[in-house]
Amino acid sequence: MTVPSGNDSFVMFDHVQKSYDGQTLVVKDLNLAIAKGEFLTMLGPSGSGKTTCLMMLAGFETATHGEIRLDGRNINDVPPHKRGIGMVFQNYALFPHMTVGENLSFPLEVRGMGKSEREDRITRALDMVQMGKFRNRRPAQLSGGQQQRIALARALVFDPKLVLMDEPLGALDKQLREHMQFEIKALHERLGITVVYVTHDQGEALTMSDRIAVFNDGRIQQLAPPAALYERPENSFVAGFIGENNALRGTIEKLEGDKALVRLANGELIDASAVNIREVGQPTTVSIRPERVEFKPDLMPADAHTLEAEVLDVIYMGDILRAVLRVADDDEFVMKYRNTLGQTKLTPGQKLRIGWHPLDARALDPV
Amino acid sequence: MVKALDPHAAIVTEAGGLDQGGSLTTADGEPLARALVRSSRRARRRALLLVLPLLLFIVVTFINPIGQMLHRSVFNDGFSANMPELTVWFKEHPRGTQPDEAAWQALANDLQAAAQVRTIGVVGTRMNYEMAGTRSLFTSAGRKVRDGLQPPYREAMLEIDSKWGDPALWSAMRNVSSAYTTSFYLAALDLKRDENGDIVRVAPEQRVYVMLFIRTFVLSAIITAMTFLLGFPIAHLLATLPLRKSNLLMILVLLPFWTSLLVRTSAWIVLLQQQGVINDILVWLGLIGNGQRLQMIYNQTGTIVAMTHVLLPFMVLPLYSVMRTINPSYARAARSLGATSWTTFRRIYFPLTLPGLGAGALLVFILSVGYYITPALVGGSSGQLISNMIAMHMTQSLNWSMAAALSALLLAAVLILYWVYDRLVGIDNLKLG
Ligand SMILES: Nc1ncnc2c1ncn2[C@@H]1O[C@H](COP(=O)(O)OP(=O)(O)O)[C@@H](O)[C@H]1O
Ligand SMILES: [Mg+2]
Repeated sequence: MTVPSGNDSFVMFDHVQKSYDGQTLVVKDLNLAIAKGEFLTMLGPSGSGKTTCLMMLAGFETATHGEIRLDGRNINDVPPHKRGIGMVFQNYALFPHMTVGENLSFPLEVRGMGKSEREDRITRALDMVQMGKFRNRRPAQLSGGQQQRIALARALVFDPKLVLMDEPLGALDKQLREHMQFEIKALHERLGITVVYVTHDQGEALTMSDRIAVFNDGRIQQLAPPAALYERPENSFVAGFIGENNALRGTIEKLEGDKALVRLANGELIDASAVNIREVGQPTTVSIRPERVEFKPDLMPADAHTLEAEVLDVIYMGDILRAVLRVADDDEFVMKYRNTLGQTKLTPGQKLRIGWHPLDARALDPV
Repeated sequence: MVKALDPHAAIVTEAGGLDQGGSLTTADGEPLARALVRSSRRARRRALLLVLPLLLFIVVTFINPIGQMLHRSVFNDGFSANMPELTVWFKEHPRGTQPDEAAWQALANDLQAAAQVRTIGVVGTRMNYEMAGTRSLFTSAGRKVRDGLQPPYREAMLEIDSKWGDPALWSAMRNVSSAYTTSFYLAALDLKRDENGDIVRVAPEQRVYVMLFIRTFVLSAIITAMTFLLGFPIAHLLATLPLRKSNLLMILVLLPFWTSLLVRTSAWIVLLQQQGVINDILVWLGLIGNGQRLQMIYNQTGTIVAMTHVLLPFMVLPLYSVMRTINPSYARAARSLGATSWTTFRRIYFPLTLPGLGAGALLVFILSVGYYITPALVGGSSGQLISNMIAMHMTQSLNWSMAAALSALLLAAVLILYWVYDRLVGIDNLKLG
């Protein structure tokens, strides 16, 4: 997947702002370029403006400022029905007074398509989601997962180049959700369509996306492929929002290129790599993933600083063990280690020294 | 491609076992169906106790009067109870028999007896319903025969009044001689029995009821259509406006409910009369000349306008309650699928409002079919409905049997309408709120 830049992108948000009430900005200066065939996910907490962005793209909300381009063309003034964008809604929005077949036929009829071609396409779209047998049912006679498939088929039946999905799996139970994630991803790859997907479920975002745009407070906090997002968060919000994270507060003691020495509140020193800090003396939050924390000296870099830790609790999770530690006056420091044969047994009250590779500790903005 | 798994597929398990007959039993061998009945009996008994007061109330105040009314529409013993001898004679002699001396004697005796116990007026009234203008014949004959007649009775009666020899009179007396009669229903349909007992239409100048029924149904249909045209956009606004504004609008819609009937009607008179506000404005604008002021009240226009006003909430409220539940994402989905806003309205939004529309239309139509006060006040003579005729029979002509027959026909029409609606739309699709 090539990351688009400038004019060759398929979807382009160019300095887009949105306000509903004329007083607060719900979307603040959004710049986002999406490549053709990309699966892009907007991920963020509720109220962060994801749906608003999607609605602006679909044409149901107008951008207060800025420009939205689709395939190089400014679509700010194009009404929704002329944008040719497929959309899957959270509650599916299947028309309850029509059968499944009529639901799928609707977008084809309004395009003036002939009967035989309509039949063809409906059959193909239903087969694509394995719902061929349900053509004459009403939506109310289908289970949630089946409705979801029909909604998907309806959004795809008229061959849109771009499909928007707003939390499409939010109403399904966990097992079915994971199954549908897989199906949607497979469809995306097979059809080569561009998908903009909205979710507040990070697991969903990580498994499905080519790139994830993390939203908070009307801004994109970070735009990156899943692995980069998890391993190299660029600010404290992203570090805390994606995956489990330990955040240690401190101030910059020394700064050498991208190496930083951080003094924690209790006076201890740790190594970290500088990510978005600028100067010595500045407060910072150091983020370390629990599975990157080591407690065996031979696994730590030789000259690395180590920290005093006390085991508060050990939780057995099967494949891994999860220890809650007190580190630098923080009672919620988490360390995960593999459950292997002969693994050291930690017990509450036990004291040990922990450390990590400086590349795994990222000095970010203070929270 | 992906394999179709259905994680929701459930495994069916049986509660107990199967007995020899193949039906399910509970764990201790009791048939499941019987166990279910037993376990729900208590709950049902309690539910019955709770509805009992309402049931009694409805029986006493609703079903009982309707039953009595239906009975009255086919039963009137004003003649048969007070003219026993003649009634017996009619029973023993088939239609077409010329009245013999025995018949005349029975007539004279009955008249005398009725005059003595002062029920001759009741008899005359009953006859008058059947054959207009015969009441005085009976009352004056009653005065003259009170002291008895000498045979031959035929000549004696004819001497009192030659009209007694009219075959139509005898036919009419035969018609009313049985207490149970269809004559009120016939009359309510502008029909009657002629001398041979055949059903024929009444004279053209006497035909009023069929025309009134037709007018009632046509006006009700117009009023229903008007409430729909006015109410649909209002209901839509109510369902989509922010709460504070929609509350205000709701108050405006409900205002006619909360206003005294007289205030409401006077307001319409002020607006619509020939020297009223609307005519003044039209004249002032130069659209009509001073001499061409429109007649908008005391005719059908008045009835339509005022009743549309009063009945509007009955259309708006069911529509509103349905529209409120229509998720806006349906319209969005339709738009994103390529439909223009008009297509979206026609194919998605409007069909989804049909349950509310059906309920509202049924309510408004049924209410206006039986509406009485507003047409009476602003309808003039051309705006009178069948209900006004029923009221007239109840309060002025005191022909309660006729009123009952008209009401029963109205009730039947409404029930048929209900049935048709059920067949076309389904009563369970009705959404009242
Ligand atoms: N139609 C609207 N009118 C006014 N405010 C809105 C509207 N839709 C959303 N908002 C506000 O905009 C913000 C972002 O909402 P939304 O885009 O739905 O967030 P998300 O989809 O990320 O949960 C929220 O604070 C919400 O209250
Ligand atoms: Mg949302």
